Amino acid sequence: MVHKKTGALALVAALLLTTAASAQQRVLKYNADFDPLPLAAFEALIADFEAANPDVDVQLNNFDHEGYKTAIRNFLTADSPDLANWYAGNRMAPFVNAGQFMDVSDVWEANGLGDSLASAKASMTIDGKQWGVPYTYYQWGIYYNKDVYKSVGVEVPKTWAEFVSNCEKFSAAGIDCLTTGTKALWPAAGIFDYMNLRTNGYEFHMDLTAGKIAWTDDRVRATFAEWAKIQPYTTANHAALEWEDAAALMVQGKAANYVMGNFAVGNFKAGGMTNDTLGFMQFPEITPGIPRAEDAPTDTIHIPAGAQNVDDAKKFLAFVASADVQSKLNVGLSQLPTNKNSTVPADDPFLVAGFETLSTAYALAQFFDRDAPAEMAKAGMEGFQQFMVQPEELDNILNRLEQVRGQVYK
Amino acid sequence: MSAYWKANQRRLAPWMFLAPGLAIFALYVIIPIFQSIWYSFYDWDGLSPPVWIGTANYVELTTDPNMVTSFWNNLIWLLLYMLAVPLGLFIAIFLNQTVRGIRIYKSLFFFPFVISQVVVGLIFSWFYAPNFGPLYLLIEQVTGKGVALLADPDLVTYGIIAAGLWPQIAYVMILYLTGLNNVAPDQVEAARLDGAKGWRMLWYVILPQLRPATFIAVVVTVIGALRSFDLVSIMTNGGPFGSSRVLSYYMYEQALSEYGYRMGYGAAIAVVLFAIMMVFISGFIWKMWRDETER
Amino acid sequence: MFPRPIEQTSVATQWLYKLALPVALLLWLFPLLGVAITSVRPAADIAAGNYFGMPSYFAYENYADVFRNTPMAKYIMNSFIVTIPTVIGAITLSLMTGFALAIYKFKSNLLVFFLFVAGNFVPFQILMVPVRDLTLNLGMYNTWYGLALFHIAFQTGFCTLFMRNFIKALPFELIEAARVEGVAEWRIFWYIVLPLMRPAIAALSVLVFTFIWNDFFWATVLTSSPDTQPITAGLSSLNGQWISAWHLVSAGSILAALPPVLMFFLMQRHFIAGLTLGAVK
Repeated sequence: MVHKKTGALALVAALLLTTAASAQQRVLKYNADFDPLPLAAFEALIADFEAANPDVDVQLNNFDHEGYKTAIRNFLTADSPDLANWYAGNRMAPFVNAGQFMDVSDVWEANGLGDSLASAKASMTIDGKQWGVPYTYYQWGIYYNKDVYKSVGVEVPKTWAEFVSNCEKFSAAGIDCLTTGTKALWPAAGIFDYMNLRTNGYEFHMDLTAGKIAWTDDRVRATFAEWAKIQPYTTANHAALEWEDAAALMVQGKAANYVMGNFAVGNFKAGGMTNDTLGFMQFPEITPGIPRAEDAPTDTIHIPAGAQNVDDAKKFLAFVASADVQSKLNVGLSQLPTNKNSTVPADDPFLVAGFETLSTAYALAQFFDRDAPAEMAKAGMEGFQQFMVQPEELDNILNRLEQVRGQVYK
Repeated sequence: MSAYWKANQRRLAPWMFLAPGLAIFALYVIIPIFQSIWYSFYDWDGLSPPVWIGTANYVELTTDPNMVTSFWNNLIWLLLYMLAVPLGLFIAIFLNQTVRGIRIYKSLFFFPFVISQVVVGLIFSWFYAPNFGPLYLLIEQVTGKGVALLADPDLVTYGIIAAGLWPQIAYVMILYLTGLNNVAPDQVEAARLDGAKGWRMLWYVILPQLRPATFIAVVVTVIGALRSFDLVSIMTNGGPFGSSRVLSYYMYEQALSEYGYRMGYGAAIAVVLFAIMMVFISGFIWKMWRDETER
Repeated sequence: MFPRPIEQTSVATQWLYKLALPVALLLWLFPLLGVAITSVRPAADIAAGNYFGMPSYFAYENYADVFRNTPMAKYIMNSFIVTIPTVIGAITLSLMTGFALAIYKFKSNLLVFFLFVAGNFVPFQILMVPVRDLTLNLGMYNTWYGLALFHIAFQTGFCTLFMRNFIKALPFELIEAARVEGVAEWRIFWYIVLPLMRPAIAALSVLVFTFIWNDFFWATVLTSSPDTQPITAGLSSLNGQWISAWHLVSAGSILAALPPVLMFFLMQRHFIAGLTLGAVK
């Protein structure tokens, strides 16, 4: 009898306690745009955060990737969440300048992120303040078909001159030296970024995207002159191809090289390539002596200015920025942690190569469409695509870009 | 009060009937149009407060090469899209029989219109795609050299229009099927007795009775040609390097797309597009009014 | 009936016609076959570049994946929840406005009609920000009725044009006769004109249903969560950030296209007219 009563009392007490606990749970609203695989990785991260912070309930509202780009403009004005995904660099500038992202320099200070996230700090900084926290990035480089290389009998090039002469050999064998699909425009920007970073260096590239250098400058022309060397060996009709269609060409052995980001590995492998047939190399040096900078587009989390639960949001950012959390998360994302103290799975040769490439890079660019302001980025990418189709139009293209530069960077 | 009503109901009735529809239409369509026209006089990125710049957006439009391209492309769209009207009529006549299962045939012929434009654009993109698209391979077989329609700045707009005609013809077909059902059988019989058949029957007896359907078919085809947003967006994003751009897509690019934060400028483009449409609307209304007062 | 009923022609012509029908259909729907084959193509095929050849195996699980990867059932339900009230609302309002504009002579008749037609020509983009702000201010953002209200308002333009023309073509003697007998105006609308509008209502229902069902732009502007989003937004969510899952999008699109086609099939019997002519006689 006594047992039963105590038992019942205990049960009631337990129920009261749990309801009291959940009644005190604070809500953290998080808007995101994850694909299915990243979503699973993030849900695990959220579970870990909630375990470490039992009084917080994170509510994830996941959008589809393209729809999110429109939705964010709406929900930052009305019905703003506490956390939101976005990108670094000039891509976050419109929202920062409109005062719709919150300054989180205090989170960076308090957690020493200026040191552990050093490689990504510049891209998160506007006006000397930090506006979000990066949680992942991935490398860009040249992916190549090892079988095609073997069949034509060329070695992996160590210099630009070798790359170009390889192109001639591929062409003789009826294979595209370089493939790409520029229908969505950004793949062409990837090629430009590397041509410019290798020809003129990181500082020049940053100044160009910041609008401080004229597009008609001789050094810009030098970049295009180098690009012109491989333009004839690029897949024809790339303007009608999506990047995945071009990837299929490399899978089929019709093309040798592809300047792409690491997310493409999934596609290559789905089409049948393996670690033995798919290779990765850093983009070769063009102008000798220029320190090696890389493109490393970064994904980030921000706190909207209209957030309700700012304290917990800042706790979440600090959590996401920590080394162990980033290691675990990026295993699920198949990408690279931005925290230099994190680790990378040893059995994925592309991630290992990527980590090495980025950690030893001189500096990291964010990719043309995030480094340059939106309108300049669009005009620039169209110009790059046109150059690849009509290289003889270079003068007109550069003049047009120069005109846009005058209008955009007021 | 009710005496007033009884005496005046014929005068008041139209307004009673019009009130709900007109009110909601004014709220959601008419007023926003004016609001957008108002926005076109501002420099606004959609996020921070707008800045008044007067007619500066319109001045910029006159020297914008993208506007010229878009304008010409819209013209080509208007002209070629009209093919949907006779082609739709032809298919409607073809299907206007009562054989067994014709209802299923009609429903299936309608299919291209109900399928999402995103998918229509996607499938035609693959048809035209270099190296593996059936149309590309066909051209290669016939002429010896493949032509990637969507990669060629001179041919791309025609490729997109062809894709757009597929659902548009289905749409016009439906309108004409409805119209054909309303054709007076006694007039047809009388004409047959008089010896009319084939083209003469079509031209002198049927088409005049199809005038309401033709009117709507032309209206929706013009609207469709000037709208043409979904297909351009999915097939080429306005490319290659902007050569397939149309006004509706350019407006979106400037105001709402990933790289566009210029709502004022976009609104100005939309106003220009709207002005072009007004020319057509006025033409339509005038023609309609003239036809009706003639009766 | 035009063209000459096929039964009245020679047997040879009849057979020719019956043969021509399926052939024409096959040619017409050839692109659709492309969509259908893509919908059962495995993703590996697409990654390897096999777009139009025989699929390496028939991946019927794509259809199941569509339901697994996204809350597709919810999206379909949302589409119905937005579309059906819109069809009812737009047609109801436009029957009234079309009646008013067709039957009554008053000074601003043409102007009001012009307003409806002009408003319908308007490119969507010009309305986006004002309508979004209005919906937010009314507290209807991300609700089915916020989206439906906009659609009702916008479609009323097109439907008014359609209805007004249709009613104008009805014999005015019917109205006059009723008025002579002292019938009230709304009774004339309800008992005389409305029954004659069946073909127009049927045709418009199918058209408006299809427009709203396939609308993507406004669904993304006025809704933002899977609870309210219709199937068009759901389909685009099948595409990832980098990888386009065209096999899933194709499968989803075929599923999404079925309700409007079914709607058309069911409405066909109502397209039959001839009712007005019977009344005149």
